[in-house]
Parts: sequence; C-alpha cells; structure tokens
Amino acid sequence: MNRVAEVAAGTRPEKLLVPFFTVGYPDLKTTIALARSAADAGADIIELGMPFSDPLADGPQIQHSSQAALDNGIGLRSVLDSVRKLRRHVSVPLVLMGYYNPLLAYGEDRFLKAAATAGVDGFIIPDLPVEEGAGFKTKVESGGMSSLFLVAPTSSPQRIRMIDKNSTDLVYAVTVTGVTGVGRSFSADTDRYLRSLKKSLSKRFVAGFGVSSAESARRLTRYADGVVIGSALVKIIREASNRKGCVRQVSRFLGDIRRAL
Amino acid sequence: MYALDELTQCYRKIKRQAAFKKDLKELLSTYVGRPSPLYFAARLTEHLGGGPRVYFKREDLNHTGAHKINNTIGQILLARYMGKKRIIAETGAGQHGLATATVCARFGLECVIYMGAEDIERQAPNVDKMRLLGARVIPVESGSQTLKDATSEALRDWVTNVRSTFYIIGSVVGPHPYPMIVRDFQAVIGREAKNQCLKQLKRLPHAIIACVGGGSNAIGIWEPFLHETKVKLIGVEAAGYGVNSGRHAATLMKGRPGVLHGSYSFLIYDHDGQIVLPHSVSAGLDYPGVGPQHSHLKQSGRVTYESATDKQAVAAFKLTSRLEGIIPALESSHAIAWLVKHAGSFRKSQTVLICLSGRGDKDMGIISDWGRIAP
Repeated sequence: MNRVAEVAAGTRPEKLLVPFFTVGYPDLKTTIALARSAADAGADIIELGMPFSDPLADGPQIQHSSQAALDNGIGLRSVLDSVRKLRRHVSVPLVLMGYYNPLLAYGEDRFLKAAATAGVDGFIIPDLPVEEGAGFKTKVESGGMSSLFLVAPTSSPQRIRMIDKNSTDLVYAVTVTGVTGVGRSFSADTDRYLRSLKKSLSKRFVAGFGVSSAESARRLTRYADGVVIGSALVKIIREASNRKGCVRQVSRFLGDIRRAL
Repeated sequence: MYALDELTQCYRKIKRQAAFKKDLKELLSTYVGRPSPLYFAARLTEHLGGGPRVYFKREDLNHTGAHKINNTIGQILLARYMGKKRIIAETGAGQHGLATATVCARFGLECVIYMGAEDIERQAPNVDKMRLLGARVIPVESGSQTLKDATSEALRDWVTNVRSTFYIIGSVVGPHPYPMIVRDFQAVIGREAKNQCLKQLKRLPHAIIACVGGGSNAIGIWEPFLHETKVKLIGVEAAGYGVNSGRHAATLMKGRPGVLHGSYSFLIYDHDGQIVLPHSVSAGLDYPGVGPQHSHLKQSGRVTYESATDKQAVAAFKLTSRLEGIIPALESSHAIAWLVKHAGSFRKSQTVLICLSGRGDKDMGIISDWGRIAP
C-alpha cells in the first residue's frame, strides 16, 4: 500500500492536515526546512508545488511563489531532487501538484518512473481533467503512486462519480468556484456542498482553496476529511523578515491548525 | 467542465434556431457592414510584375476595423440566450477587447476586459475606446503582462464567476467548444469570399493567404475551402526577428505539441516545459500557442505554414498603404509580406486571395517607432 493509501485508510481519528509548499520558494533549502518542520508539526500529507509559468488554477499568492521559484531556476529535476532529500528525513506522503506541460516536456513515462524512484506518493494535476486523465492515472498507479482528481461545487453528480472512481485513494474537493487564495468566506452553500460530497463519495476527501485559519479549517472538516493549506503559507513566508523566521512561523501556524482539527 | 458542457449544449441548440440565425444575419449586415468587399489590388499586382493577381478580402472595413466583431456578435447572442448578464474577455492589441466592448454596449451588458499592463501602455487608444464604450479594463500585472497572462486572468475570472458570466474568447484557442464556436462565427468570411470569387472571378482562387496568431481569421476564410483541395492554403506566422532568432511567434514552425489554456496544440516552450514569451511587432500575433485546428491542418498537410519577419511586415504595411490607399493591420501585413517575397512562385495568371483581417490605424504608433513613415 502506498503512503497516501495508508493515510486515506484513516487508521487515525483526526482529520488530515495537508500543507502545500512551492518547491524552490523562497529557495530550495528553505523548502526542505519548511516541509520537515511541517511534518514535525503534524502534517499528514505534504503537497509540493511544481512551478509553472502559467498556473491557471492559482490565485496571486501561489502565482507569486511559482514565478519566484522559476526565477530561482527550479524545474522538474530540482523538484525530484527535493523529494529525494526529504525522503531521507520524513515518512509522510509527498504529493506533487502542478500543471501538465512541464510533465509533457519531460516525458510523461520518464517523469513518472523518476518520481516513483525518488519517493513521490501521488499527483494532483489541475489542468488534467478526469476525462483526459485515464492514461495518466493508470501509469501513476502502476508506479505504486496515487492520483487525486479535483471536484468543484459545479461538478455534476455524474462527474463526481467519475472523479471518485478515478482517484486512487483520496479526492481533492475545491471548496469554492475559482482559484486558490486566502481570505475567502465560506457560506452555507459550502457546507451543503461538502455535506453532499461526504454522502456521494466512496473515498475520503480533503478540501482546499481558501483555507486561511484554524477556524476555517475546523468549519470545512465538519464534513471534509481534511484540509489543504497553500496560499496562507505562501503569505506567511512572503511576509516573514527572514528564512529562519518563516520556518518558525509556518510551523506555529500549522501547529494551531493541527490542534483545531 | 460544467461551464464548458453548458456552453456546448446551448451552442448546439441555439445555432440551429431560425431566430438566432435571423438575428445574427441582420446584425452582421446592418451593424457590422457585411458582406465585406472582395477587392482587386491592381497596383500591388502591377508591383509584383503583373501577377499573380492579388485580391483582398476586406475585413478591415468591418465595424471596429477587423474580423474580430464577426465572432463577438455571435458570442454575445449566445450569452443572451444563456441568460448571462456579465461578459468578460481577454485582449492583446485591444482589437478583440474593442469588439467585445462594442457588442456589450450594443446589448447593454456589463463588460470586463483583461489586458496585460504592458499592452495597456502600448495600445492606449484602444483602451480609451473600450472605456468610452463602458467597459472596465483591468490591467493584468502577473507573468509577462501580455496576452497570455490576460487570457489566464480571464479564465480565472470565469471559473470564479462561472454562473453569472460569459467568457467571449477572441480566437480559435482555449478549451473545446471555443475553437469550434469561433471558427463557425468567422467562417462567414470564407463563405462570402467563395461566392464573391465565383461571381467576380468566375472561379476559385489559386491560393488563400492569411496571417496566423491564434488563427481565427485564417480558419474563418479557409473553412469553406478546406475540401477544395485545388485551392492552396497558406498561413503566415510572425517570425519577429527571424524564426531562428529565439524572438518570434512562429508557433507552428518552431513550437512543439503542448498544453496551455485548456488545449493541446503547438506551443512555444523551453526544455522545462515553461511557456516562452513570443515576440512580434504586431501585438495581435503575439501568442505562444495556436488554435488546435491549425495543428491538425499542419500535420495533415492541408495547409502550408510560412512566416514573415517584423521588418518584412512593416515594409508590406507601407507598400500597401502607398500602392492601394489601404492601411492594413500589421497582422495582415504579414500575409502580404509573404506574398511580396514569394510572388515568383506563382504564375502571372493565377489569382491569390489575401485575408486583410484588419485596418492599421491602431499601428501608427508602432510604425513611427520603426523609423521614417514616408519613403
């Protein structure tokens, strides 16, 4: 069983905490430090962002981190290097999140093989819809990894079933229509939507897009099995005065969320 | 996907309705000014040594000065049918933004245009026109601050406000069904041109040349000729400083299959898969991708894709102005430039049709930056 499957199997009662870090932001060394401290703070899965020049599903914070990482010269090779390094220190599942074109440029088969060897546990590719993702999913699974597809508040029941079926162990639920970002408010519609997902999905699911505080994390996990936190972390890193400070602050923030779940 | 499914279904339904066809036809006639003339460019023909005989399909004479409005008229009717109250669009040079702002004013719908901050500076007159027409022009500060980023930002807006908003895409790009919808609305160019050729020339042209950025004017004029295999189709991309300079927008000649903005098509990207900024003197050709149908037409061999440099396009811009009294858009000037260079490959008796996709007053600032306007 791969690591995502183990976590999704839910041997532990707590909700899943899934922090996101863009690889190479603010720099490679700090990404490693951030991910290690996140694991110490109780992260169940760590999502690592593969930077892309045109991150369509992302709001201003992650656009910023992605561009900064590209300016630091980060490509898929550095992403795999980071996974290898992290694997020596942490046992949490590492899931890569990013866009399809860099994978295509690297060569899908070649990349998936290299990823499996490096210790990657799963993939979230927002611009690879489930309708186009059958071949990719098969390859990911045959490498012993897990593929997560995204459901949105606008997804039809039929599509939700398809996503449920094609996601290997865990489904990613986008909480609101739109892109990643902080400071969004969740409405009664969000609750209704997550409640209905809870009923219709056979697999466990984590909710992401717009989770910015312990309070919002607690609210979403009334129905969701966990939360993904990305933009809020970028914001903390961006506003921190130095590298060490940002690792400390991110760790404290994740600790607060962990306790709230 | 919800929005794309909804759009596909509504479009399938509406395009067959008599009321829609009637509204579209009437607006194209009384508001856009169609049919646009087929014009014999006598002095340009003479300049080429008496042949091939050059004809222009005069899309520059449309309302708002380009072929873009053929599509925005069609899509706004679709938006109304779907009950959407808010319209968004991306724009590079501002021609599609202008054509969208125009139809929004005509129908009293809220209009938001995303435009790269850098393009806003380069194309100030079009920005003023859009604002005059009541549109809100939002500067896009992310990425390269040009057309590709404006498109990304419009897509982000669309997924956020998907229930209330209709996204009018300006070219045969983006996710399905957009390339199909835009092709259908632009195919009026080719249908008219085919009739006009048969009437005025008593036969089909030997070749049809069109510039290709995203590729909507080209698909539009070629569509009814795709099965007329005797008619040669030539697409001209922007070679910028030269196709081997690394600073061009010749996607089909120099790109590779890739994924951007919801379509799999030729694309310009680096070895890491990151999108590379294109370059062309003409902002309308300055896009790193190209419509997926063009990729298909290239691979099937039905269309030959060629290119013209910034310098050649500017020269053709000036030449056409002086010889024909027509100031062509810099985009269309690429098609003319290619013919000027390759006129010798045609027989004198042959006729060549060029899609004059827009007029060039918007480019005056760029032309004067390029040096002396007069010869």
